[in-house]
Amino acid sequence: MTDAVIATGAAHLDEHEHTGTGLANTKLGMWVFLASECLFFGGFISAYLLYRGRIVEGPTPREVYNIPFTSVTSFILLMSSLTMVLALAAIQRADDRRFRIWILATALFGLVFIGGQVYEFTEFYQEGLALSTNVFGSSFFVLTGLHGAHVTAGIVWLLSLWAMSTQQKLGAADAERVEVAGLYWHFVDVVWIVIFTVVYLIPT
Amino acid sequence: MTTVQETLPAPRTVGLLLRRPRATTGLWSWLTTVDHKKIGILYGGTALVFFVIAGVEGLLIRLQLAGPNGTVLTAAQYNTMFTMHGTTMVFLVGMPLAVAFGNYFIPLMIGARDVAFPRLNMFGYWVFLLGGLFLYSSFFLGGAPDGGWFGYTPLTSTPLNQGFLPGRGPDFWAVGLIMLGIGSVTSAINFIVTILNLRAPGMTLMRMPLFVWMMLVVAFLTAFAMPPVTAALLMIIFDRNFGTLFFNAAAGGDPLLYQHLFWLFGHPEVYILILPGMGIVSEILPVFSRKPLFGYAVVVFSGIAIGFLGWGVWAHHMFATGLGPVAVSAFGLATMLIAVPTGVKIFNWLGTVWGGSLRLQTPMLFALGFIAMFTLGGLSGVTHSIVPADTQQTDTYYVVAHFHYVLFGGLVFAIFGGLYYWWPKVFGRMLDERLGKLNFWLMLIGFNLTFFPMHILGLQGMPRRTYRYAEGMGWDDLNLLVTLGSFVIAASVATFLVNVALSTRRGAAAGPDPWDGRTLEWSTSSPPPEYNFAAIPRVGARDDFWHRKYTEDAQGRLVPLPAGGADAATATAGSPPGSGHAVGDGHGDGHGIHMPSPSYFPLVMALGLPILGYAAVFKNPWLAIPGLVVLLYGMYAWAIEPATAED
Amino acid sequence: MSTAKHRRRLAVPALAVGAGLLLAACSGNENGQNSLTPRGPAARDIDTLFRLVAGVAAVIGIAVLVATVVVAVRYRQRRDRPDAPRQVHGNTPLEIGWTVVPALILAVLAVPTVRTIFTLAEEPPASERLDVVAVGKQWWWEFQYPRQPRFGIDRRIVTSTELHIPAGVPVNVRMISDNVIHSFWVPELNGKKDVMPGRRNRLTIEADRPGTYLGQCAEYCGLAHADMRFRVIASRPDAFRAWAAGQQRGPNRPWRGEVQQLTAQKYQCVNCHVFDDSSKVALAPNLTHLATRTTFAGGTYALRRADLVRWILDAPSMVPMQSKDCRKPPPATCVGMPSYVRNTPKGQPVMTRRDAEVIADYLLAGR
Repeated sequence: MTDAVIATGAAHLDEHEHTGTGLANTKLGMWVFLASECLFFGGFISAYLLYRGRIVEGPTPREVYNIPFTSVTSFILLMSSLTMVLALAAIQRADDRRFRIWILATALFGLVFIGGQVYEFTEFYQEGLALSTNVFGSSFFVLTGLHGAHVTAGIVWLLSLWAMSTQQKLGAADAERVEVAGLYWHFVDVVWIVIFTVVYLIPT
Repeated sequence: MTTVQETLPAPRTVGLLLRRPRATTGLWSWLTTVDHKKIGILYGGTALVFFVIAGVEGLLIRLQLAGPNGTVLTAAQYNTMFTMHGTTMVFLVGMPLAVAFGNYFIPLMIGARDVAFPRLNMFGYWVFLLGGLFLYSSFFLGGAPDGGWFGYTPLTSTPLNQGFLPGRGPDFWAVGLIMLGIGSVTSAINFIVTILNLRAPGMTLMRMPLFVWMMLVVAFLTAFAMPPVTAALLMIIFDRNFGTLFFNAAAGGDPLLYQHLFWLFGHPEVYILILPGMGIVSEILPVFSRKPLFGYAVVVFSGIAIGFLGWGVWAHHMFATGLGPVAVSAFGLATMLIAVPTGVKIFNWLGTVWGGSLRLQTPMLFALGFIAMFTLGGLSGVTHSIVPADTQQTDTYYVVAHFHYVLFGGLVFAIFGGLYYWWPKVFGRMLDERLGKLNFWLMLIGFNLTFFPMHILGLQGMPRRTYRYAEGMGWDDLNLLVTLGSFVIAASVATFLVNVALSTRRGAAAGPDPWDGRTLEWSTSSPPPEYNFAAIPRVGARDDFWHRKYTEDAQGRLVPLPAGGADAATATAGSPPGSGHAVGDGHGDGHGIHMPSPSYFPLVMALGLPILGYAAVFKNPWLAIPGLVVLLYGMYAWAIEPATAED
Repeated sequence: MSTAKHRRRLAVPALAVGAGLLLAACSGNENGQNSLTPRGPAARDIDTLFRLVAGVAAVIGIAVLVATVVVAVRYRQRRDRPDAPRQVHGNTPLEIGWTVVPALILAVLAVPTVRTIFTLAEEPPASERLDVVAVGKQWWWEFQYPRQPRFGIDRRIVTSTELHIPAGVPVNVRMISDNVIHSFWVPELNGKKDVMPGRRNRLTIEADRPGTYLGQCAEYCGLAHADMRFRVIASRPDAFRAWAAGQQRGPNRPWRGEVQQLTAQKYQCVNCHVFDDSSKVALAPNLTHLATRTTFAGGTYALRRADLVRWILDAPSMVPMQSKDCRKPPPATCVGMPSYVRNTPKGQPVMTRRDAEVIADYLLAGR
């Protein structure tokens, strides 16, 4: 996407690629972006925490949460971070075939997670919890929905990388692109860990 | 940095459907450019147009308030005017002007050829322009925003058909601001990576021009402040359109949550607005005093301190909301604390000027005006930090006076100083000095006539955001004076525009260094070539360019070096070693330097956003589809397009 | 011209203008809404603190102004002076000094500030105070007096726009809104406090002496925010009891016959207003004792027959409203009072001037 610095150990950094921090531009840019995203999710997590004790009517968290189910989907998302790491390692050593397997696995795990969210939301809706039922419904669905949107965007990104690899347009020289995508994917996973802990696990 | 890095084999159809643009002159080149200098000019010109528009809105406000029970505007029109005046000045003038200067001068000042992400830079501009047009299209499409620039809930968050504010104004406002926020964050990321990564060899952080330091702090503030307000605006949009209950008190929601999130953004925002101005003034004062900035390191650290402390004072905008004595005491004390690094800067600026050899040309007049006016604004801010006193002052004309002193007397004065200072570098022509002085004096007089009386009006009980006031309150004369002052301001802005027009026709040609500057941008031609520097300079000291021209004698007095700009070999003892190549060294004509190529896709991708915006405001899913398609197509094509086209 | 003379020429007129403006501020706009003329203990505490801080700020402000001018003049580049200024980079002791001294000044100012914050936050003891409830509406103020036999209030009183209090007695104002955020501000008695949906704030007001103290909503609340005014009328305790007694009586004229037919059936004013019982809360001001008030229409008009008749006929022409659909059944939204002569829906009567006068005369009976 930009004047990328080649990240493999084999390439040598000549003086034109020297960066003040030692980090490539895209990587540094992604870190800053992810830092700002922390504050974005922080706003919605704060709203959720504030409203947890202010439910006037309608279903409460304890009544609707299915912790075992959400634990399984959370675990799958966590595993997708592992496959992401494996995908990056594969492309760094120019193993295109393994790269495609692992990046596809990451995307698929993400899709399973999203599927689990969809199922979970439908269940909650049938139990009487909607966006407009109470402040719990509002803050819960908006927070997890926005997170799900971020996961979905990540899945699209990963599948694009997979498609480019199948067309021989993504090689070891582009490992940095995969690394940057990985940073985003890991972030989305970390946010979920925070949400899962704060929203699901810690009782009112 | 900016040499060719082909990381992909060239796709056969570049960018899918669109051939790579090749224009280097003419309108088309401006639409597809990724050159930070052109983008800086675009930001600046667009922001100045919005400045005039917001100024007219201010004049209409003042015409309505010139006397009691005014009938120039209806209440509905007035409420729209003050909302749009504030929203425009903050988001479409103040922030973009800083980005304009930052864009043009950060790469030049750090010895780089462009920013880290040239196409992202252009994307940021398009989002700014399209976001501004989107916001103003509301006048013709169902009502302009009228909930105030801060949009408190539940006034702005109830659904359209039950709304306390009829019409789509709040939707345009919330969606428009989210759009503009996206542009701001991309600029911020760009500046951070540029400043941290692309400095010329030898330019350590503590050798950077102070303006660059301030822009670095501002970029971090922007990247971290926009997300909470984006969250708050999304909550408004959800409450209005999807039935959520975030700010519905009957359901347990809390309107105060909005204020916390908004001001968590809002306070850093005011530092985002003023720090660039402080940076500009910190550049002008040393040049026109012919001595260095007094206490550079302290000024840097004060800026960083303000950046940090600014996150801890947000609730001083909420002293009347009933937070309780402990909370307001804490925020009051934190607010007093932040006055300390601010004061330090003022004294350091005065220390810079003291003992100098001052040239009182227009940029310097504005910089000195900044010191005085910003100080007054800062002091009224200190009175705000005294919580009990603030419960009388907040929401009255006293606070309107305060923030106009810091934002107009501060930021706008600094911007005008910067315009006069850097105009020759950008356009190769001087602005007329006599018109410049007239501009300054009209602005100083008009500004004080307009905003000083507001302190008194506020203390005498006149609330803000009021479309009329009663007879017999004793406010008539001061309000009339304020209105007259506002027209003097208008005259000063008109003077500037006349100056620009005349300079374009017959301004004196400016050489590379008309002011005898200190920083690297003055080592290039006026305007600089596309590649900025024929050879990237090697920096040996702060104000490296100055040290190639001058040294000091035994008493520390200024001594010019023979044949200014000569290389280190002829420097006398005392000049710093490693002073860089002179301009003209190396490839004089820039041959062999590859710059990033122009591109359509920042514009294409940016176009997706207003389409999605209209879909959101009018709740029309059919519009959302083309919006998404355009956005995703632009994003994808951009991603696979190489930064630099094959020759 | 020497620099000293130059300085004098500039400084004196500047200081004179500045001092003049400041004096004008302090001296005396007696508009009843002036925070610089405090008329109660809380406002006085605030004013004292403010004058102290403003004084310090003014001294520093003038000093910086003068310093800027002096420096600009004194160090101006001159042909007869060598252009070789000393390249000073800083002065650590000086910089430490001008960091520490402002911090110390602020620390000193912080002490009375925090003390005043806590003093003002105290609730007056229940045995001494009068309790009232202020409800922020769009765009008027409702005031409720709960039953307090000690003040001669034997049952709830509901009124609007004018808040009567006994002078010299602390009044505990509890405030709430059922719509948007407003702010209760009567500058001569205290600072302001926001009035919010879902959150009960409180404020103490106390007037030293009998008198009328003006107030205004101070948080933007929509269209007619500027017209949402009120007044606090402090009277001697016996006069207050007499007022309260009068408020608890029935209407001055019985609400029946023609006026009842007009207000209850023909124009359906009773959908929002109450005409005959000052203990009832409704969507619009309780008009039972309108005749005892001096202003109406959210405090924007003095209570005079001609203006009252005009208001009854066409209120939106006097204060902006969002009330075009108020005469339609829900779910039509309505904020304010409809016009009875314009935008009349089909099937509804247009009000005649005579009918408006009948209603006005009922409301003003006994005045």
